[in-house]
Parts: sequence; C-alpha cells; structure tokens
Amino acid sequence: MALLSNAAALLEKEVRTEFRSRELLSTTVVFVLIVVVVFSFTFDPTSSESHRFGPGLLWMAFLFAASLMLQPCFLREQANDTLSALRLAVGDPFAIFLAKIFANTLFLLLTELLMLPVFAALFNVSFAAQLPGILLTLLLGSLGISTVGTALAAISAQARMRELLLPLLLLPLLTPILVVSTEVTVRLMSPDGVIEWKGIGLLLAFDAVFLTVLWLFGEYLLEE
Amino acid sequence: MAATAERRIGLQFDQVEKRYGAVCALRNLTLSIPAGECVAIAGRNGSGKTTLLRLAAQLIRPSRGRVSYCAAAENEKPHIGFVAHATMVYDELTAAENLFFFAKLAGVPHASNRVGQLLREVGLEDRKDSLVRTFSRGMRQRVAIARALLGEPALLLFDEPGTGLDAESSSWLAGHLRTLRDSGCTILLSLHGESEIARLATRGVRLDAGSVVADTRSGAMFQSIFVYAGG
Amino acid sequence: MVKRVIFGAVAVGLVALAAYASFFVAPEERTMGVIQKIFYFHAATAWAGETTLFVCFLANLLYIWKRQPKYDWLGVTCAEVGAACITVVLITGPIWAKPVWGIWWTWDARLTSTFVLWILYICYLLLRTLIDEPDRRALLSALYGVFAFIDVPIVFGAIRWWRTQHPAPVIMGGPGSGLDPVMKKVFFLNVLAMHLFAAFLVVERYLLEESKHDVELLQREAEAQ
Repeated sequence: MALLSNAAALLEKEVRTEFRSRELLSTTVVFVLIVVVVFSFTFDPTSSESHRFGPGLLWMAFLFAASLMLQPCFLREQANDTLSALRLAVGDPFAIFLAKIFANTLFLLLTELLMLPVFAALFNVSFAAQLPGILLTLLLGSLGISTVGTALAAISAQARMRELLLPLLLLPLLTPILVVSTEVTVRLMSPDGVIEWKGIGLLLAFDAVFLTVLWLFGEYLLEE
Repeated sequence: MAATAERRIGLQFDQVEKRYGAVCALRNLTLSIPAGECVAIAGRNGSGKTTLLRLAAQLIRPSRGRVSYCAAAENEKPHIGFVAHATMVYDELTAAENLFFFAKLAGVPHASNRVGQLLREVGLEDRKDSLVRTFSRGMRQRVAIARALLGEPALLLFDEPGTGLDAESSSWLAGHLRTLRDSGCTILLSLHGESEIARLATRGVRLDAGSVVADTRSGAMFQSIFVYAGG
Repeated sequence: MVKRVIFGAVAVGLVALAAYASFFVAPEERTMGVIQKIFYFHAATAWAGETTLFVCFLANLLYIWKRQPKYDWLGVTCAEVGAACITVVLITGPIWAKPVWGIWWTWDARLTSTFVLWILYICYLLLRTLIDEPDRRALLSALYGVFAFIDVPIVFGAIRWWRTQHPAPVIMGGPGSGLDPVMKKVFFLNVLAMHLFAAFLVVERYLLEESKHDVELLQREAEAQ
C-alpha cells in the first residue's frame, strides 16, 4: 500500500540521517541527564522518596526532552524547502507524519532506554522486576508524545518564537500522558508491582485518538 | 523518455486570485496552457511568477478561482517536476541517496537504473557518494534538476532556472530542456530576462503586479515579453 | 443596531434578575451560609464557558472545511469569551473555597482539569499572536483548537482516573450533591442568564472582528489606488 511504503521510505531516511550525525540523540540524552540531576536537588533521594517522586521526575524529564527534541522535526525540512519536494512526491501527506512520528518515537524510546539504568543506579531503584510493564508504558507514552509533538512541530515551524512555542503548546496537551504514565510507573515500581490496565488503556486511547485526528487533518498542517 | 499521449497534461488557471494577508500576489488570472507547450513567464520581482508556479504545482491553494490539470487520465495526480531557488534536496545525504529516496517515494520503477542514468546525464556520477552539503551552487542545482526529472514528469516547473549557473551549466540545461520540450513535456519557465533558456519557449507571457499583461498567444512579440516599462 | 441594544439589555437584565434570585429567592444553604450563593454564578459561568468553547470547536472545524473568514472570527471570539468564563470560574472557586473549606485551592479532579482547560485556550490565544499572516493564523489556530478540544475529555478522564488512585478532598460539591427544588430553579435561571450574556459578548466581539476586517479591506483598496 502506497501510504505505508512511502512512510517506510521516509522513516528510513529519517533514521539514516539521524544515525549519521547522532546529534539529536546525543543532545537529548545529555539533556535528560541534566534534568534528572537538577531535579534530584529538590528532594531528599532516600529510597521511599525516590519511589514516590522518581517516576514523575523521570516522565517530566522525558517530556521536557521531547519538547526540545521535536523542534528540528519540521525546521529541518524548511532549510532547503524539502517539505515541498516531499509533498509533491508523496500521494498521501499522512505518510510524512507517520514516518516522522515513528522516527521520533524511536529516538525518544532510545533515549529512555539509555536513561533507565542510569536512573536506577542514581536513585537505587530497580526496574528489572516489572520490565515488560515499564517497556509497554514507555512505548505507549512515547508514541503519544511523538504524535502530538510532531503535529505541533508542524504548527510551530510556521510561527514566531517557535523554540518557546513548541514546549508551550505541547505540555498542556500532553497532560494525560504525564499523569497516566507516571501513575502506571509508580504502581509498577511499588512493592506489589501491578500493571494498571486501565491506565494502559487510557494511553492507548490517547494514541489512537490523536493518530486518527492527525490522519484526518494532517494535510492541512502542511499547507503553505 | 517521451511523454506518451496519455501522460501529457495541460494546465488551466480560472480567475485565480492569491492573497497573502494584505498583499495580493495574483489577481483575476486566467491562463490556459495546452499540453506540450513550453511557456516562458517573465516579470519583475514580486510580479507573481513564483506564486503562479507554486499554484501550478498545487503546493498552495488559490484564495479564489481554480487551478486544474487537463489530463487524459482524470483522477491521477500527475508527475510534476519542480525546480526552484531552494534545492529541495537534503544536505546531509549524498547525491545518490537523495535521488534513491525521491525515486522510492515517487514509485519510480527500476529506481537504480533511473538514478544512475540521471546522475550520468547531469554529470555528477563521480560525485554521487558525496554529501550534497559539499557541493557548489551549480552542482546542487544539477541534483535538484535530476530530482525533478526522476519520475519522467509530464509537467515541469522551473523557477528562474538560470540563477547561479555558470555559462557551461546553463548551456547544458538549455540542451536538456530542448529535449524535454521536444518530447512533449509541458514546461513553465519563470524568468527575469531573455536568455538561451528563454528562447526555448514556444510561448511567452508577462506578469505585472499579479496579472497577465502580455501574451504571445494574443499577438505580443516574444522579445517584448522581457521588456519592462520603466526598466 | 437596535436589535443589538435590545439583546444586550435583555442579557444584562436577566443576569441582574438571576443575581437577585440567587441572593433573595434561593434559601441559604445549611452549612455554608451566604458565601455558598456564589455557586450559582460560579457553576453557571462554567457551563456557559464550556458551551462557548464547544461552539469554538465547531467554528474551527467549519473554518478548516470552508476557509471562510467568518468562521475564524467566530472561533477567536468564542475562545476569548470561553477563556474569560473559565477565568471567572477559577477566581470565584477559591473565593468560595477559602471561607468554607479553609483552603484556596485543592488539586482535585475537577479543579485541576479546569485549570488545564484554561491553559489550553490561553495557548490558543497566544498562538494567534505569534502568526502574522491572517490566512495562516486562521488555519493553524483552527487546527490547534481542534486538537485542544479533543484533548479536553481525555484530560478530564485521565485526571479523574488519577484522582481515584489518590483521593483528595472534593470541594464545591461532588457529582452526587443534590439541590433543593427552589435552588435548582435559581441555578437554571443563572445558567440561562450566563449563556445569554456569553452569547451577547460573542456577538459584540464577532462584530468587532468583522469591522476590523472591513477596515483592512478598505485600507487595501485605498492603497491600491
């Protein structure tokens, strides 16, 4: 199907470009590290405190990192007006979004997976016991962040003060992701280590809803 | 590489108006371009040439009026080649990678053959594995042209094609355009002034302040298309 | 013009009537006293705000579909009036809460969600100030408006689920709180009054936006000559 093959070609290009320079990944990882360290000064990192504040801190760090990492998404396409070339070549503009969403989700996930062991060491918590649940939450949460973030990156690329605008627009819209992901992570890391399926369902619903909205309205986001 | 009869397309502008806020880039423009015509569109900066071309590519929507393609196959989105001032290729990829990528997107059959052929034609075969970032202006223009020609477009749009090209590259481009014109491709060239490339056109149209003020179809002299009142 | 004045007079009159009813017709609440009467105004404004923001959502969809400037005017108008209503809600809430419950604010489900709702539409208005070209501004803010409105139920749902995990004091009456019949009538009078007043504000603001557009058109025509 043309949409998927276009998206696959675009995704391959995005990943190839990023892995050639790795500038986005490296700066994002370092940024998350900085946020975690800075936040750690705000509470006493004993074991019980870490379990209480840790997940929230982690997801906030991911959200902030994402709001910076998503900036170049469409700005890169403005440099040589490659966006016009993409729009001319591709049948369905949603392919462009699909590819960028998956690429951004991948980069976010990589950052998060790199940060997990670091976080575990710094705060003496263990993710090992509930790893599948944690991974599922990271996946669904990152997908949600990327979906909304990519759409808003397309908007902010056409406005002034875009570096400030993207985080400004993104964070309120992503409230459900922050609230639910944190809660699910907290429960996973608690002594009974339970997966909150209702929370997972909410994340899934968020992702499905916004992917659908983007499918319906994406082409208008790319109009000149 | 001939544009077969089924793929030749004409272009129709019906009372097109394009406004950007308070600025009116095109006003009440009606233009009929039959398939296979090679049109030189002349005009000063700000006369609306670029807007006209972007409307032809359907990259922008008109504020009023319609832009339509007259094609044998009605519902197909025609292959359009667009070469503008911006190269529309990725600096961080090599010439070959860029072309492969766009070939894949456009669904070009036998992509590797086509890419190889185009790289040879534009004279970049020995630099195909260099990043576009390292290319000169002229070389980037050639990559852009190769990209535009990948899908064997039936409609080619060139926004000021001679800019940034030295005499040799300009000649090469003129030769290429002549071949494309002769094979039945519909070509729109937006130009400042008369040149070797301009003389390839079978028709000339002059735009001023967003309207057509002269058309060789309506009897204007071709040379006069490039003469602007008041210099 | 006459119609506008009459509409305005009726709207203001109804608000005055509703206020009178709130103070002098509705019985005083047993435990909270007079301060509880702010509830009529507070909750009615909340409903009016939500209705207005729903109209904003419809206007956004219509603009994306039809691209007629009037839908953009309607959108920004409703967003402004809606945000103003929610601002009133966020201010009257604490005014009510402090004397009754002793706290200005609590992060319960409804308050938190309302705060996020307010921020979403403040962002809508902020976004509009950052795009200069009118057509772009209209389209991009309409698209953001659609995203924001669709997010609202998810925000409310997510925060409510989160709150079920961490129960907090629910102030200003949980969903089950009943109203006595007279109070109910006074409440619905307030709801009607605030909706009418919001509609009046929307109409006036819309006409202002339309005039701005006409002035710009005239300016452009004058410059063209």
